[in-house]
This record gives sequence, C-alpha cells and structure tokens, in this order.
Amino acid sequence: MFSKLLIANRGEIACRVIKTARRLGIATVAVYSDADRDALHVELADEAVHIGPSPARESYLVIDRIIEAARATGAEAIHPGYGFLSENAAFARACSEAGVTFVGPPVAAIEAMGSKSAAKQIMEQAQVPLVPGYHGEDQDPALLKKAADDMGYPVLLKATAGGGGKGMRQVWAADEFDEALAAAKRESSASFGDDTMLVEKYLTKPRHVEVQVFCDNHGNAVYLAERDCSVQRRHQKVIEEAPAPGMTAQLRRDMGETAIQAARAIGYSGAGTVEFLLDEDGSFYFMEMNTRLQVEHPVTEMITGQDLVEWQLLVASDAPLPLAQDEIRLHGHAFEARVYAEDAANDFLPATGTLGFLRPPEESEFVRVDTGVRQGDEISVFYDPMIAKLIVWDETRERALQRLASALSDYRIGGTVTNLDFLYNLATCRPFREAELDTGFITRHGELIFHQREQDLQLDLTLAALSLLLYRQQQAASRNCLDPWTPWQSHNGWRLNEPHAQHLVLHCHGQDFPAVAEWLGQGYRIRVNGHDTVVQGELEGDCLRFELAGHRQRGTLAATDEGFTLYLPAGAVQFSEVRPDTGELDASGAAGGLNAPMNGTVVTLLVEAGAAVAADQPLLVMEAMKMEHTIRAPAAGTVDSFLFQPGELVDGGAELLRFTPDEEA
Amino acid sequence: MSVLQTRINPRDEDFGRNRDHMQAQVDDLRAKVAELRQGGGEKAQARHTARGKLLPRERLNALLDPGSPFLELSQLAAHEVYDDPVPGAGIITGIGRVAGQECMIFVNDATVKGGTYYPLTVKKQGRAQTIAAENRLPCLYLVDSGGAFLPLQDEVFPDREHFGHAFYNQARMSARGIPQIAAVLGSCTAGGAYLPAMADESIIVKNQGTIFLGGPPLVKAATGEVVSAEELGGADVHCRTSGVTDHYANNDHHALQLMRQAVARLNRVKPMGTDIREPVEPLYPVEDIYGAIPADARKPFDVREVIARVVDGSEFDEFKALYGETLVCGFARIHGYPVGIVANNGILFGESAVKGAHFVELCAQRKTPLVFLQNITGFMVGKQYEAGGIARHGAKMVHAVACADVPKFTVIIGGSFGAGNYAMCGRAYEPRFLFMWPNARISVMGGEQAAGVLATVKQDQLTREGRAMSEAEIAAFKQPILDQYEHQGHPYYASARLWDDGVIDPADTRMVLGLAISASLNAPVPESRFGVFRM
Repeated sequence: MFSKLLIANRGEIACRVIKTARRLGIATVAVYSDADRDALHVELADEAVHIGPSPARESYLVIDRIIEAARATGAEAIHPGYGFLSENAAFARACSEAGVTFVGPPVAAIEAMGSKSAAKQIMEQAQVPLVPGYHGEDQDPALLKKAADDMGYPVLLKATAGGGGKGMRQVWAADEFDEALAAAKRESSASFGDDTMLVEKYLTKPRHVEVQVFCDNHGNAVYLAERDCSVQRRHQKVIEEAPAPGMTAQLRRDMGETAIQAARAIGYSGAGTVEFLLDEDGSFYFMEMNTRLQVEHPVTEMITGQDLVEWQLLVASDAPLPLAQDEIRLHGHAFEARVYAEDAANDFLPATGTLGFLRPPEESEFVRVDTGVRQGDEISVFYDPMIAKLIVWDETRERALQRLASALSDYRIGGTVTNLDFLYNLATCRPFREAELDTGFITRHGELIFHQREQDLQLDLTLAALSLLLYRQQQAASRNCLDPWTPWQSHNGWRLNEPHAQHLVLHCHGQDFPAVAEWLGQGYRIRVNGHDTVVQGELEGDCLRFELAGHRQRGTLAATDEGFTLYLPAGAVQFSEVRPDTGELDASGAAGGLNAPMNGTVVTLLVEAGAAVAADQPLLVMEAMKMEHTIRAPAAGTVDSFLFQPGELVDGGAELLRFTPDEEA
Repeated sequence: MSVLQTRINPRDEDFGRNRDHMQAQVDDLRAKVAELRQGGGEKAQARHTARGKLLPRERLNALLDPGSPFLELSQLAAHEVYDDPVPGAGIITGIGRVAGQECMIFVNDATVKGGTYYPLTVKKQGRAQTIAAENRLPCLYLVDSGGAFLPLQDEVFPDREHFGHAFYNQARMSARGIPQIAAVLGSCTAGGAYLPAMADESIIVKNQGTIFLGGPPLVKAATGEVVSAEELGGADVHCRTSGVTDHYANNDHHALQLMRQAVARLNRVKPMGTDIREPVEPLYPVEDIYGAIPADARKPFDVREVIARVVDGSEFDEFKALYGETLVCGFARIHGYPVGIVANNGILFGESAVKGAHFVELCAQRKTPLVFLQNITGFMVGKQYEAGGIARHGAKMVHAVACADVPKFTVIIGGSFGAGNYAMCGRAYEPRFLFMWPNARISVMGGEQAAGVLATVKQDQLTREGRAMSEAEIAAFKQPILDQYEHQGHPYYASARLWDDGVIDPADTRMVLGLAISASLNAPVPESRFGVFRM
C-alpha cells in the first residue's frame, strides 16, 4: 500500500476519500483552486497544493498541474474522485507516465467506455444485452430518422460523447424528430465539441438499476449488489437506494454476472458501475459503464458493510479483492438523497449563496452525511451546487425511508435555496413509499410532490399561518429583556374590547395570500383563501404540535433566511411572510426580468444591440448547470445594449442587458 | 402567600342572572367599540384608501410589533357629546410595543372630520401625553389632520390645556429625555405643523404628507400666490429645502418602518427596580366575575372574589384583616409585579380610612404600586361618626393617597360616589390610569341620595309655604333627578368626557392592569414625601 495519496478533486468526495485514507494511515494531499483556499477538503488533508484559478478548466481539469502537485509532494497515487478527470484517459496515462498510481481502471478500459457507441459495440460482442438502437458513424439526419422510424417511437437521441443529460432528447413522434435532433446536436457540440448522435429505443417505464462491480489485477471480479437510481429529474439522480426494491436473487445474479461479463470485456480493474435499464418484464439492457466510483456508492457501502474507497486503494496497490463473491452479504436497506442548492419549484434552478447556517442531522449508525462544506462556506458559481449527500440505513426499506424523512426534516441550511423540501416530499409521497419506481417518476407524480392540489393548499395555508404566529411568539420570547414576563410580550394581538385579530400575508404555493388570525383564548380562527379554520398549536424548539378538527399531529418547522419549511408526515410546506411594500424597489428593475436567473454562462445573443423587439421575443440564451435558459423581452421595446458577451460567466441577479420598453400607445 | 377561597357557586340562580346582566353590558360595550372602529364610515374610508393611504388602524398595526397588545385609551371619547358623531374624537391613542419598547402612540383619523381637533380631541391627546410624561413613554405621532375644528375654536385654542399645550408638552417631554417622534402621513396644517416640527425626529411621506403654517387657500387669500400643497409643504420641500422633516418615506409602510427603526435606535433601557416573579394565572376562572357582581348595584358583594380573579395564583396577603373590615388592603402580584391592593368592601368608617392611610404609606415606603378597586358609596355619616372625627380620618387617607408617589391604578368596579371617590384615588388624585367597568356609576352622590336630598329641601320649602307633597308628587319630583344621575353617572358619559381612561370588560381587568403596571415601570419610582396628617 502507498504511503501518500493525492486527491484530484474537491468537495464531499475529496473529504470522503481523505477519511478512508486517514483510517488506513495514508497521508493525504489535497489540491485546491482560488475559490477553495479555505475549503473543508483542504483543511482535512495533511497537505494541500494550489493548482490555479477558480474555474475548473483552469485548475481541477489541468492535468499537468495535478501531476506536478503529486510530484512535488511525493504522492505515490492519485485518487480522481468522480467527475473532473476521473474518466479522462489522458489523465490516467499522464499518471502512469509520471510514475504515479492512478486509482482507477486501466487507460484502455476508460477509453473503451469513453465513447458510448464504441462501448455498445464492445458489449454487443461480449453478448451483453443492449437496447435496440443505431450507433453508427454515418450521421446523415435522414438515416438517423429512418433508424428511429424503424425501431418505433418513442426514441432517445444521445450524444455519443455526452453524459449527465446533455445533448439528450426524447422524441415521441416522427414529426418532432428533426427539431429534436438539431437541438441535441447544438447542445452536444457546445458541450463536447462533437455532435455525433446515437438513436435508441426509448423504454417508457424503465428503471435505472446499476450494478457495482469490482475487479482486481489478479483476475478476480465480484459484484456488490445493485442500486436503484430510477428517481431522476432531467437525467440527474435525486434519491438512490440499495438494494433495488423487488429484486429477486435470480435477477440479481443475472445482472451481477452480466455486469462482470461487461467489465471483463474491457479488462477492467478497480471500482466500476454498469448501468442497466430494467424493463417492467424483468429484461435488462446495458446503458453504459462508469469507470469510477459513483456519487451514490455509499448506499452500497451501507448494505454491504464495506468501504469501497478502501477496496479501490487495495486494488490500486495490487492487492487482491478483500472478499470473494460468496462472502459478500447484504444487510438492510439504504437510501441516499442528494442535497442541492437549487430551487426545485422553479425548474430546479441552481442556486448559490453563503451557508450562513448549517446544521445537518445527527450522524449515527443509521444516518451518514457526506459533505464538503461547513457553516459559513460558499456554494459558488464555479462548481456543482451539491451541499451534501444524506445517507440512511435500516433493517427494512420502510424503516430506512422513515429515517430518511426524519433526517431530511432535521436538516437546517440557511443562506441559499435548497431542495430539502422537495426531497422530503418525494420521500414521503405514496408512490415512492410503495416503490413504484421508474425514470419518469418525478414527472408523473409532480402534482403530488409539489403539493399542487386544492386540499393541500387550504391545509398548507392554515398551518403556515399558525407556524408563523407561533414562530414570532418564540422569537419575541427569546429576546432577553429586563422585564421578561411582561404582558406586553404576549403575542395574541390583544386589543381592548375588540377581537384579537392579527393580519398576515403569506407567500405559499407561489402566490400571496392575506390571512387573518383571531385569537380565541385557546387557538386561533384562521381565515385565509375564503375559508375559516380553527386550529391550535404550540412550537417547542422546532417541533410544531397542532390540533385540527380533533386530530393532533406534529411537524418540524425549519426557519431559514429564505422563509420557512414545515415538515409534516404528508409532505413539506414551504412558505414565507410577505413584507409590506415600502416602495423601495425600483419599479423599472422589477418590470424587466432581464437579470440572470442564476449563475451561469452566456451562450448566445439572439438579437443585435439596438434592435427593436416584440414582447416575449427571445433575446439571449444562458446556460447553467446543464440547462439552457432563454431570456425574453418583457414587452415590445428596444435592446439598448448587452452587458455580457457569449462565453462570459454571469452571477445570478446580474443585469444582462439594458432594455427600453416602448411608450404605451 | 395565602390563597383566597371563593364562595361563588356558579349553579346559583343569582349567579346566572348576574352573569347575563354583566354579559349584556359587555356585549353593548363591544358593539359600541366595533361601531367606533369604523371611524368616519365606509365612504370616508374608501376616499382615504383611494389615495394610497392606510387606514388609521392599519397604520397602527403596521407600526406595532407583530402580535403585540395595544392598550387603547379613551376609546369612547366624544361619544354622544357633539351634534355630529365624532368617533373616538377623531384620534386613536394608546400604548403599544414598538421595537420592544412600550410607546404612547397617537394616530389621527383623517376619515373623521378630516382628523380635525375638537375640544375632546385636544383633551384626549393631552391625556395621552400626560400618561406618556408620567410613565416616561416615547411618543409616536402619526399625523394626518386638518388642524383645529374651527367652529369650536374657543374651546380648542385659548385655554391652558388647549391645543397649544400639546407642543408645550412635546418640548417639556423632550427636555426630560422622553423621545418625541412624528410621521407626517397626511396634512399637518397651521398649529398642527408644530407637531412634527417640535418632534425630536420626523418622517414624511412623499406626495402625501404636507406641512405648512398656512395652506394654499390661505396663501392665496393673503398674498395672491397660487401654489399647490405639494409645492408648498410636501416631502421634497421639507426634506431637501426647509429641513422641517428628517426622513423621506415612499409610502405609509415605509414611513412606519422608518419610525420603528427610529425607536429601535433610542438607546433606552427600562429601569426595572422592582422585584418581579414569573406570573401565575389566578386559580379561578376570570369569567366568573360576571356572576359575582350583583345585577342590583345596591347589593353588596365580597371584593375578595374580584381580587381572587385578578391576582397571580389568587394569592393575597391581607393587611389588618381584622381591623376596619370595610376596606380590604393587602399585597399580591399581578403578572408578576408586586402590588398593594386597596379595595372597598362597604362604606368607609374612621377605622377603615386610618387603615387605608397606613397601608398606602407602607406601599409608598416600599415603592410598591397601588391598585384601587373602587366600589364606594362614601364615608359613614351621622352624629356619632362626625363626632368621632370621620372627616379627620378620611382626610388622612386622602392625604396619604394624594402624596404617595408610587404608580397608582384605579378601577371603578361599582359605585364611585362623594368623598369615597377621593380617598379611593379618583381622577382628581392623578392615578397613572383609571378604568371603569360597564356596570360602574360615578357621581357626587348616588341618584337616590341626591333625589332624596333635593326632595327634602323642596319639601322644607313647601312646608314653609304651608303646603305638602303627596307621595306621587315626590316620586314625580325625584324621577328627573334619578334619570339625570343615571345618565350622567353612566360610564359611557364619563368616558366620553375623559373622566377615565376607558371602559373595560371586567374579564380584561387583570390584563389591563398588567399592561398598565408594566408600562408605568418605564419611569423610576420616586421617594414619596407626606405632609401634615391631621391626627
């Protein structure tokens, strides 16, 4: 085993690798960009080397700098983590040329899996089942369309060089094909400099089930069960679990052995993941193989009791695999939820911010939090806005799921929008509880997850009002004062000879609702959205107990700078109090919507400066976190000037262009 | 401490009758207040809000700490006094919490006669200023007023306590370090212009607030100059050119937020020099007070039943329980604050008066606030008592009450007649606050007694003329007197004229006293100095 390891990554995975290395007595070297000078992974490592400016392409993606850092610190091996250079064959090659061990598969294996179409050909020869599709070199659009027509719609267009959902399109009917192809090609060439496409049969209710495999340099190969990663949005995994619900021993063996077959076909070594689409009838098809440690590897660790990073390091140092196939035991069920700085309700817009408050749930044998940030750290525009991975384990799926919901409701993050409430709603919704999984889950159950039903609205508003009243009370009571028990501190809106009514305006479900709460001596009558509801409750710490129509329930109230989230057994409610308009916002600024909705890069300017445009005409395209956003004209008018050029990085909220609306006729 | 036992039986027939009787009076009071709350009525309110202005109570709510109480004063001011209704005398006054501090708040109601000052508007504002001065409460003025009500200028302008006194008060309070902050949310004309001008800090709303000594019509009449109100005295003029106002607000909400910020930076600490404890609710349901107070005002009741429903844990350490029993004196806590309670349990005798004087001195010595629960028909009369020096004993109690410089709070829970009113800290004895229950009656003597006295005088006169009155004639003679006393002794009549600070629901007594006592602690309690007691 080597004595010093360099981790060519940042964030939670760098911290994760350092943790295992430390346990094994291996010294660690971190690398960092300008933005990460004070990051957690730098603090945790024994040494750290600065490798360049904040943008990844000038630091974490610069092979020479990383090799140089390894050389300078005498690191004998490099762990690439995931993302960045982890599946970069050139990097693996550079490592070996520099005499440093690359903790990962051989260069040839990375190359073989690097191109999706090449990978499929190899797998086809190795008799690994594939989804019907066209993977040819000839990219004539007519030919591609014919292939699609032949296999029947829906089909999926994919960039051969792609990943993570970029350059990918579903096509549901023949007449949509040309447009989708053009868009996918555009995205692909922008992202990867290559617009080669493959066409595949699109399975309508497939599950994404992947098998963790491990191979050593001595010809051994095992599979460590599977993970179900079906719950995705825009092809990004959201909640992963292991084992996959409904998996039989037979199917597990079939898939596992097929996965090993796939790994062997490319002379694999180290940790790899073979992704399959599992159809409703139990047939499965190879999708791709990831030649690295996966983000979601912890769920496998939780059910096998193994440390996969330790396995990686063992294999990299030429040791045999620690366990044979029949020694691998599965115990219990694990979930991983990816906690992101993003606005789930607003099309998952990525967010940034300084984590002014951060209190993860308490860790235990059941709850694990893999994170790369501390309170006070910044989620910046430069990197993936993941805050943490929340991993839970218990004996059964049902119990593990309860732990997940409770841990999510205990998570407190201030300073940025997060997807915690979305994850909570997802984890507590009926179809997820009942494991009705497939990759279209979020789209199909959107109404349920986003609480868009009318009966939810009334209940949510009432509880939001109650929570707000009780929270105010709690805040005022905690304020220290020389006159601590004064009745002036009471918060029931006491008035002389009049009803004790309080007026609030709530923002909930994307709208503003005025509410009146009348104190009834015990509890409130809350009038909102045209209905009266009598409710009483108390708030102790963050635990809200309330009684509604004789039904006593409890929830958890999380307050952040953005507002509140109330976690209830039936889902999370997000709301905030609307402050009265003090006329301080510049009216012209509010009208525009010409500010960047998030951090990102300007892709294209669609009109010339000085152009007269119609209302709603697209003016500019920006891209952030794998998504394109079009900025449109708020009204008919003139674009005076653009403040950014294509390729430039923009901060969220920055003014993108100057616009003068036409005088109203 | 000793716990008071109750003897009330809620199953008692009387209890039910009493309760219904009190409930009807409380319902009437609440209905009156609900009516007054509408200010100048729907039309005037619609005109007001159409200008983008918040209604007075909306302004108040936006200024106060969310959910905090508001102890409104003189709610019934001007009720049935003038030919036209002037609800609340066109101004809301009261104590509320702003940025964690108890403040006296003044809100002109421009929907009532343009917010102009009637004689009782002046009196109500003056009373609130007095309370602010005595209890050292910052004064927050939300100004929206057309100035003096000109038809009644003789009752508004010239006298000592008339309009001009408000600015005198502002200056004197400012001099004593009691902050004066004004927000100009509407017009502020002529004399009214001095309200913001005399304030320590002032705020004005753009395109809405105006301040000038003479409005455009007066300017035109005087000099022929034609000028708009905004040009003459708008926010831009006063924030940029004249310097009359200090802070420029975009709208009402902004002005109120600026005012909250102004209070937050006052750098004041409440001087708590008193021994406070965590409050405990009384043992007995407060609503039972309704059933405990006889519907027939002439029937006696044990005032301890009231005390037991007002004080913390119903705990009451009685002082001289066996002496002068018609006056109940003792120590208790209300909302955690120590108080001395002086309560009538019958007519005042020499012994009770002497006991009262002793107890009041005791509380003054210990700087313990005093609560008077007034239900008094007067001092005992008769040859024996006059000879026993009841006037001398009464004088001792009156003297002690007058000179005790602790915060005093009076609640008239029944009758308030004659010299009993003085000894029990009536209005003339300057309690910090004085409230009445809806069943209370106040007059120089009871209607029966007054009618009896006047009938006797009349009979004596007739006897000298050799005539006599029949029973029927006597009754006919007495009736208008009884009616007059009933009308003028009614709490609404009293409250309309600012003889008290408000009529309260008996069930609110504990809360009202708690708020008032807490507010009074903003001023340090001075040493009391007593004069010559007639021994």
